[in-house]
Formats: sequence, C-alpha cells, structure tokens
Amino acid sequence: MNNHRRIVITGIGLTAPNGNTLAEFRANLLKGVSGVVPFETRYMGKVLAGVCSYDPYKYQLKKEVRRGTRAGSIAIYCAQEAVGDSKLDFPAHDKSRIGVYLGITEHGNVETENEIYNISQFNYDTKFWSHHHNPRTVANSPAGEVTLNMGITGPHYTIGAACAAGNAGLIQGAQMLLLDEVDVALAGGVSESIHTFGIFASFASQGALASHADPAKASRPFDRDRNGIVCSEGGCVFLLERLDHAEARGARIYGEIVGYHMNSDASDFVLPNSQRHIECMQAALKRAGIAPQDIDIVSTHATATPQGDIQECQALRVVFADCPKTYFNNTKSFIGHAMGAAGALELAGNLPSFDDGFIHPTINVDNLDPQCAVPNLVINTPQTVPRVDYILNNSSGMLGINSVVVVKRI
Amino acid sequence: MTNDQIKQAVTQIISVIAPDEDLSHLKSDVALRDQLELDSMDFLDIVMELRKRYKVEVPESDYPQLASLDSCVAYLAPKLKDK
Repeated sequence: MNNHRRIVITGIGLTAPNGNTLAEFRANLLKGVSGVVPFETRYMGKVLAGVCSYDPYKYQLKKEVRRGTRAGSIAIYCAQEAVGDSKLDFPAHDKSRIGVYLGITEHGNVETENEIYNISQFNYDTKFWSHHHNPRTVANSPAGEVTLNMGITGPHYTIGAACAAGNAGLIQGAQMLLLDEVDVALAGGVSESIHTFGIFASFASQGALASHADPAKASRPFDRDRNGIVCSEGGCVFLLERLDHAEARGARIYGEIVGYHMNSDASDFVLPNSQRHIECMQAALKRAGIAPQDIDIVSTHATATPQGDIQECQALRVVFADCPKTYFNNTKSFIGHAMGAAGALELAGNLPSFDDGFIHPTINVDNLDPQCAVPNLVINTPQTVPRVDYILNNSSGMLGINSVVVVKRI
Repeated sequence: MTNDQIKQAVTQIISVIAPDEDLSHLKSDVALRDQLELDSMDFLDIVMELRKRYKVEVPESDYPQLASLDSCVAYLAPKLKDK
C-alpha cells in the first residue's frame, strides 16, 4: 500500500492508575501491580477507584490547572508526553497541520457537580456560580486545553463515545490523516469521571459498582465472584502520522493501524449485544485484510459486570473459534475502568508485546466463570510467545457503541 | 477592616487567582494588569471572591475602581468598614 495511506503510531503519552509512562505502565502490567485504591468522594464517602499520580505542573502553570479541568490537565500531560516520546521537532512543525482528537465518555459532570456544591454553600444563590463553568464544560474542553497549552492551531474536538471512546479517538485521528486534513494527529482518550460522585452512585444504583475488602482485587473481569466496575481516571494520547511522514524523519514506529471499525447495537441502553460485537470485530479484521487466526492478542473490554463479560466472551468465541495462537487478556483488572481513556490505555499497554514477546494477563481470576472461559485467556501471570504481529483492541459502551482497532507490528 | 487589612485581603485573593506570580514587589499605585498576567476572567474571579468572602457586591460599572491595590482600598474601605 502507498505509504501515504498507512497510519502509524510514533509516540505514546499516558497516565494510568499504575503508571505515568508507558514503561512504568508496562512493567506494572507484567508484575501484576494494581492501581486501585480507596478514594473519598462527595456524599458517598470512601469508594474504590483508579487514581493517577502524574505531575500536572510538569507541563502546566498552576493558574492553568486552576482554570482548566482535570480531563484537560490529563490530556495536556498525555499529549506533551506523546510529542516528547515521538521525537517530533514540535517547535518547527506547522501547528496548523496538527489535530487533537480525544475520546470522552462524558465531560462536564465533574464541573457541574462542583458548582452545584459551591452554590449550596451560599443558599443556592446562582450569583455564586462560576464564570468558568461554561468554558470548563463545553464538550471540546479537554482537547481545547491541549491546543491552548501547546499552541496547536489545527482542528480539535472530542468524540463522545461512552466507553468505546479511546478507540474512537484513535480512529478519528487515523481518518483525519487519511483525509489529509492534518499531518500529525494527537489521538486517544481521557477521563476525569472519578471526580464526580454521580458515576459511582449511578453504577451503585445499577448494581454494577465493584466492592472488595482488598482494593487491588476489586476489579476482576471473568472471575466468578466479580461484582462490578471500578471507576478510574486516566488518559492516553497517541501521536499518529502517515508512514511516509514518519519514515522521512526517522521516527521509531510502535505499530501500524491496519484495521478499525465502529458500530451500534441498536438494542439496549446498557446491556451489550454480542452479535454486534462479532460484526464489529469481523469488520475491523476485514479492513485489515487478515483472518482471525492472524491476531496474536485480543485486548478485551470486559469491565467485570456479570452480563457484560459473558456477552463479550460469547462474541470472542465466535470470531476466534479456531485460533490456537490467539491469546486474550484484560487491563481493567489492574487499573479499573478508565472510561474514555480505557480503550487507548488498554491498547498502549499491549503494544510493547511487539518487542518483548510477553502478553500481560488478566489478574484477579481466582475462579474462572465457566461462561467466560475462552481458550488462551492469559490468567494471572504473563504469557511468553515467540512473536506478536497483530493486536486487536476491543471496546464498547453504553447505548450500544462498539469500537475495534487492529494494530500491526512494523 | 483597616486599609492595610483590605490591601492584604485583596493581595491574598490575587495570590489564589494568579498562583504563579511573585506578589512581593507589587506596587500599590500601579494598575494590577500592568504588573501581573491577569485577564478578564481573572478579574471576574476577584469580584467573585470579594462576594464570597466579604459579601461585597461590585457592579460592573465600578470595575475600573479595582484597577490597582490603592484604588481597591479606596473603593472597598467604605464597604468593608464594619467587617
């Protein structure tokens, strides 16, 4: 294929509950280190959450952090780290040819809740409502903060795609490169959702909020005793460019995006639909021009809800019915569900497999749920393989949205 | 509040709104925006903090009177004399 039509990843910046660089994140995935901790949230007291420890002042002034949002700060950290990692000559690059495309599950709930709490201290007098509320809550906010911080004048926006958003951001970036709208895309996903009680309270009301005496064991996809989701914050931004652009500057290449697809269940507000998962994965494989047998790692979406895990496993068993060298793993078991960042973080955590030949496991599986028994599920300890050529990253979210990305070793 | 207390109060508010700024050399008789990186949103923050902390309302027509520390003191002193 024409190298001008091939999209590659040449930089990665991330913050996850168990790592603030890809190297740290990867090391902790291979060592089985969780990032889930007790977390104080308004009105609910202590809940379990994945909390990030990146330094916001590495790339932002205190005033920027104060004025902006947590999602924006995470996005800035990740975008700056991605650019640094890529070795792109950023100062010299045409900033109007750089685009920022970030997936979000939601945005604005944190800031709105904060303002409502704020005016509650003043007898709900709305004259105490902050003038910062609107710029903080516009839906493009996290991506816009990146452009303000970095002086990027190309397009920026967020892609609202529930928990399929990390992949959706990546897909949007790849598509904009294919359309020649930009020469560099900063694409991925971010989440600040743990800073509003609402996400925890809603999952609790749904019977889908994880609890466990040991926080590190709370997120347990595929385990018989799983009891729901651990909400997390985080972010992951990939620097994408066309292969000819990357080769011209001698960039290190993490992998090539060879396949992707998004579709809709059109069946339920919250319950997944395995048939649509199947169709989404098959369409991504078709775009990649490969067979299921070519996939070495499937990074599963499973969130540790009773029904969601089973539905995804049903889909995996159909798509990968005869794939003896395909392994399956899960990253949420370490870091919880990073919402808009989840898909991007989960892909990033797997990309080093192209070089190190390890497949990180899904942890906290003490008793595998028979309905989640897929062949070659890597459980609790890493798997070594001779070679990894293709990774398929699976994500889905509420309202029935599915996203799949296939990345090839290059 | 005394004039010194008002000046300290405004300076303390500015330290929160502009946390990267060194306020140790702030000149009382020079416009704040000529000495500090303050934009219109920051200025609204000052107005909001005065409202929250001291229940002082500053109508938009009076904003120019908050230009410098000295003018802040002159404007706020009557409003804060019983605080």
